[in-house]
Amino acid sequence: MSEMKVTLETAEQLGLEPQEFEKIKEILGRIPNYTELSIYSVMWSEHASYKNSIKWLKTLPRKGKYLLAEAGEENAGLVDIGNGLACAFKIESHNHPCAIEPYQGAATGVGGINRDIFTTGARPVAQLNSLRFGDINLDRTKWLIKGVVKGIGDYGNSFGVPVVGGEVYFENSYNTNPLVNAMSVGIMKKDELISAVAKGVGNPVYIVGSSTGKDGIHGATFASADITEDSADDIPSIQVGDPFQEKLLLEATLELNQTGAIVGMQDMGAAGIICSTSEMSAKGEHGMKINLDKVPLRQHNIEPFEILLSESQERMLVVIEKGKEKIVEKVFDKWDINCVIIGEVIAEDRLYFYMNDRLVADVPASTLVLGGGAPVYEREYKKPAYYNEYKKFSIHSMPEPDDFKKVALTLIRNPNIASKRWVYEQYDTMVRTNNMSTNFPSDAGLVNIKGTRSALVLTVDCNSRYVMADPNKGTQIAVAEAARNIVCSGGEPVAITNCLNFGNPYNPEVFWQFVKAVKGMGKACRKFGTPVTGGNVSFYNQSSIDGKVEPVFPTPTIGMLGLLKEKNNHMTMSFKNKGNMIFLIGRSQNDISSSEYLVSYHGIKESPPPHFDLDFEHKVHKVVMDIIRFSLVRSAHDISEGGLFITLLESGMPGCLGFDITTDAEIRKDAFLFGEAQSRVIVTVAPSRETEFIDFMLNQDMPFFTLGHVTKGDCRVDDISFGFICDLKKEYDQAIEKYIEG
Amino acid sequence: MKFGVVIFPGSNCDHDMIYVLREIMAQDVVELWHKTTDLQNVDSVVLPGGFSYGDYLRSGAIARYSPIMDKVIEFAKNGGFVFGICNGFQILCECGLLPGALLHNSNQKFVCKNIYILPENNHCAVNSSLDLSRALKIPIAHGEGRYFAPDLELIKMRQNDQILFRYCNDFGLITEEANPNGSVENIAGVCNEIKNVFGMMPHPERAADDELGNTDGRLVFESLLRIMEEKRVSSYN
Repeated sequence: MSEMKVTLETAEQLGLEPQEFEKIKEILGRIPNYTELSIYSVMWSEHASYKNSIKWLKTLPRKGKYLLAEAGEENAGLVDIGNGLACAFKIESHNHPCAIEPYQGAATGVGGINRDIFTTGARPVAQLNSLRFGDINLDRTKWLIKGVVKGIGDYGNSFGVPVVGGEVYFENSYNTNPLVNAMSVGIMKKDELISAVAKGVGNPVYIVGSSTGKDGIHGATFASADITEDSADDIPSIQVGDPFQEKLLLEATLELNQTGAIVGMQDMGAAGIICSTSEMSAKGEHGMKINLDKVPLRQHNIEPFEILLSESQERMLVVIEKGKEKIVEKVFDKWDINCVIIGEVIAEDRLYFYMNDRLVADVPASTLVLGGGAPVYEREYKKPAYYNEYKKFSIHSMPEPDDFKKVALTLIRNPNIASKRWVYEQYDTMVRTNNMSTNFPSDAGLVNIKGTRSALVLTVDCNSRYVMADPNKGTQIAVAEAARNIVCSGGEPVAITNCLNFGNPYNPEVFWQFVKAVKGMGKACRKFGTPVTGGNVSFYNQSSIDGKVEPVFPTPTIGMLGLLKEKNNHMTMSFKNKGNMIFLIGRSQNDISSSEYLVSYHGIKESPPPHFDLDFEHKVHKVVMDIIRFSLVRSAHDISEGGLFITLLESGMPGCLGFDITTDAEIRKDAFLFGEAQSRVIVTVAPSRETEFIDFMLNQDMPFFTLGHVTKGDCRVDDISFGFICDLKKEYDQAIEKYIEG
Repeated sequence: MKFGVVIFPGSNCDHDMIYVLREIMAQDVVELWHKTTDLQNVDSVVLPGGFSYGDYLRSGAIARYSPIMDKVIEFAKNGGFVFGICNGFQILCECGLLPGALLHNSNQKFVCKNIYILPENNHCAVNSSLDLSRALKIPIAHGEGRYFAPDLELIKMRQNDQILFRYCNDFGLITEEANPNGSVENIAGVCNEIKNVFGMMPHPERAADDELGNTDGRLVFESLLRIMEEKRVSSYN
């Protein structure tokens, strides 16, 4: 065993708590050696064990009529999408690596989430991402966004999976610590699911894919600590991505799955070999004997603990049915990928790791994992003082602007509203020829399932300003907006995956945000019938602003999967013809709270979230689903950041059509045009269907209003022109490019 | 007709190409693994898009040394139709079957979007049936798509009708603004001297499926197929 003497101090250096060190000694009945201590430190880190969050995550709804696997059961959530097919989908963060090395951080984030999908046997067919950066005027922000976008692009483009949706926000709380959440969605035949399980005594355990190096040692521990000014010293904790290798691994894995030789498989992500060996063993209620000297290495002088913890990318652990070794080796030989037996499955709940016949670690597998021996904590939480302060805001304290055109132009150029073209044109959005949104943009991304009548409908959403203002309600809004986007595209919301990005969980005010957000998410998911299939928690996200450490805005990103059962019902957001009538479904409110307008024009950051009522929202969805099903509307687009005015512009831009609308005398004009009250959808109706549409709506017990009509290009409000759509589009399209590239 | 779609390690538009040829154009398609040297008597070889060998060195630079490429070159020398798209185009330039080279886009960024191209003439199989006054909407997706050839080569290519397509705007005007990557003379696709090897950066296979709402790319395949059919008929006679 390792010579290095282990003390409580060593344990603390590795991020373990004193009581955790005691627990390890109790489990082993002795003092662990350094290798074993390293094992526990990564496996019991928040990143791998969810020790501070699991209690609350368990309160989320996890059952639903379409679910094939519940949260945590497999490497990704699994949903029945009909036609004998299943969909695997998941979102994950790679925030900390991106804060330090944005290019590789983002690239390996994309690689990691895609591996989570194809390790289940599904072929990734679509990707989405949710990105948050600090003030766009800062050089650091420009460096981060250029690196992150190039990293996502270079990896995903080569790997060959289209990006079909996403969001990008800029907010000062992310100045130091950007958020990079990547989602992948895959499709497989239902009976081709590969489980992450090790069983069958004597079955060989293979490591396949890239060689192992020293990259990413203690990455999971790194991800479970605050980002500080010294974090750049942790660069060895960042992994390096190789999309070509991942592409080969994908093809070889799916080919291998056709042979029936696989017993179980898990990708190697955070905490590398130790994570996959322990999780697969614990799940299969078996153990493993592993010879670390057999692992293909890319460098000399790697210690056993480094091999165990290395987060080198593009690797998989595969348990194969004994006797089928030749089949496996043939497949990997075809694709020129490493494929080496490193051990075997054993009956006892034990992981024995050997290095040249010397036992270097001996730990019970079940004691390492979530649901087994990993600790579970209840963290204290406390309502922060700001919460009540925010509530004091009143619209009446705000003067109405004199020049609405000027406000409109400011909002069009606001980086949180302006086109994200500069970002998404660097991603391949069309490879695999299944993106139905390229030529027909919708509120959500549509992915064609070739050979069937259906399509997947995908979105990621979270307005973290709303969550900051009220974590419970703000998270309900995030779920609601995701569902609304899917409904406006013609789909039915099915399930969600989540990426919970918060500050330090030991800060009771941060943990209060977390608890409230989870409660709000559970409530909204129950309402919309969208269970949580899995996801990821990322704590310790914080930024240093004016010398003061502030947590990032609480950001529970929602990745939602919807199903469009009949492709003919695909609804797009764009105006179709001049002369079509424009209607608002839902109700305008005298509300400008937490709007981009209030923040960027008035400079007021402290206000409650915008008006929202969960029951009403749900009713809006039902009505919109029906009017799409009955083909009563030509376009549907929900109102979100920037309010009704921006929504109309976004609908007008794809076809270069304008609008002529009248505001409501009952509502303040700024609230009417730029307020972000929820549960509102703009639809257009062809003159021939107008009577039918109105008759239908009158029977719905749902407020709706005539706004005006679609024009050839002029954008008019109350008979005043706000400009021509093509000119406004130019501003909208070029704003972010001008900020970033000058 | 029987098409052979070559699969290099790192090809990622192979499935898309096979889908379009097989399901939409209703042709026979065989997959040709890059390690094989048997072209299985195909009528035409297609090199699809992607990142062969990761394209870490220079796009297409390694793929041209795959075992199958000797056979593809031989097939082309014997007059067989070879069609390379995106990475396939890059490989054909690397192995010398097509003139010129594809450099990093002038803004040094990968770009994926719908663009427009105008057929330059009707003298090659892939543009033979196209309306010379109609711009085709076809997507591009590449980081190294800036076509370059020396002046003398360009003159020769122009004289010999080797330029297949140029980037244009939606009205069919060939402008600097419509050039998405800095290609010389807005060139989007070229062929060899004897007009049986074609390469283009835009992806016609991404614009061939009704369900995606754009079928301009299908016209390119229809054009190629018509000439292939004619050639077969004449070879029987």
